[in-house]
Amino acid sequence: MATLFANSATLLGKELRTEFRSRELLTTTIVFVLMVVVLFSFTFDPSTAESRRFGPGLLWLAFLFAASLMLQPCFLREQNNDTLSSLRLAVSDPFAIFLAKVGANTLFLLVTELLMLPIFAVLYNVPVLPELPWLIVVLFLGSLGISVAGTALSAISAQARMRELLLPLLLLPLLTPVLVASTEVTVGLMDREPSVQWKGIGFLVVFDLVFLTALWLFGEYLLEE
Amino acid sequence: MNSFKLPPTGLRFEKIDKRYGGLYALRRVTFEIAPGECVVLAGRNGSGKTTLLRVASQIVRPTAGKLSFPGRDTAATGGNGLHGRPGYVAHTTMVYDELTAEENLVFFAKLQNVEQPVERAGELLREVGLIDRRTSPVRTFSRGMRQRIAIARALIHRPSVLLFDEPATGLDPTGIAWLANSLRELNKAGCTIVMSLHGESEISTLATRAVRLDAGAVVDDTNSGASLRSILNFGVA
Repeated sequence: MATLFANSATLLGKELRTEFRSRELLTTTIVFVLMVVVLFSFTFDPSTAESRRFGPGLLWLAFLFAASLMLQPCFLREQNNDTLSSLRLAVSDPFAIFLAKVGANTLFLLVTELLMLPIFAVLYNVPVLPELPWLIVVLFLGSLGISVAGTALSAISAQARMRELLLPLLLLPLLTPVLVASTEVTVGLMDREPSVQWKGIGFLVVFDLVFLTALWLFGEYLLEE
Repeated sequence: MNSFKLPPTGLRFEKIDKRYGGLYALRRVTFEIAPGECVVLAGRNGSGKTTLLRVASQIVRPTAGKLSFPGRDTAATGGNGLHGRPGYVAHTTMVYDELTAEENLVFFAKLQNVEQPVERAGELLREVGLIDRRTSPVRTFSRGMRQRIAIARALIHRPSVLLFDEPATGLDPTGIAWLANSLRELNKAGCTIVMSLHGESEISTLATRAVRLDAGAVVDDTNSGASLRSILNFGVA
């Protein structure tokens, strides 16, 4: 177990180093979400009441589409120089590869979301500060769910022929429950009288744990040629 | 180049099949490589050399049959067997273009629990002649330099079995001479070497045995000088 976490930490360090050097994924994701949030605001000019009701759904949809863009190169990049093979040769447990990629993807999504939250609050006139700690919890749980399922599907689609089309086609239906639960919890938190939707939070925790366990059990087979 | 702590290890292929859909890449491949041997795999394009090397490296799982490493002592390697895993040099570099030469080697050393990873990386960079370019990203390297860093990566965990898929690719005559010399030293130190080659070269002179594959099956296996040369040149021994 100690080796698994040590390997994951080394791999996560590599993921962060390569991303902060190229800034490809973060830039694309942030610009995409920013465009959706700004364009929607200009097109519909929603009132505060409408924003409280529809804003969270729009925000999570933007995060989900951005994630499908961000997750695409997750394993594709490892095919350039066949680095996935060298990783498989080097680690004692292939789950370490997934753990590091899930960690990096969750972190990139969280950074995007935290940067977008104040812009969303200003454009849609929805206060986010009062319930910020709970918002961060739901953003983390939702992002983790998207990353776990997305990383697994990215590994599958990277080896397929129509890989660019396959990932969104598989990802979006699978993540609909996460989208619904995250949106419900966020709507509750952005309401005039904020409340925590425990049912939604519980669902997100269970979803994350189930998919992480599945990845731990079957991840090795996803990496095979 | 490679100070061994492990006993020499051999390779045993027993009725190995590898199938991709309906296509057989390997058919009932059975032969054994003794510890310390230097074996050349020969054969036309598509004969199964790369697949056999990938099976031997444990990147690819065979559809049927058994691969074993006689002499491998997993207990002496901390139980995870990583140091007993073969070092593999493929057609591609298997390193990250965005990282520097040193970062790549330290990264793979850490993943494989190599003691003093920074020192080991520096030692190998000196050996492969890239110490002056240790802080340059691999993407700025020439084809020959990339091949050198690929070889350094394969040696980082001091493997006792080395697998090379056309190792001279991209190397200039000086590079080929350097590689031949390095392989000779490794082989003398007890390292088992298996490499796929096309035709005779300075590197092929190291071979003590040649195995020819055709359509995924072993069709020739010899250790006599004349037959060996003939196999390397795709002739029939």
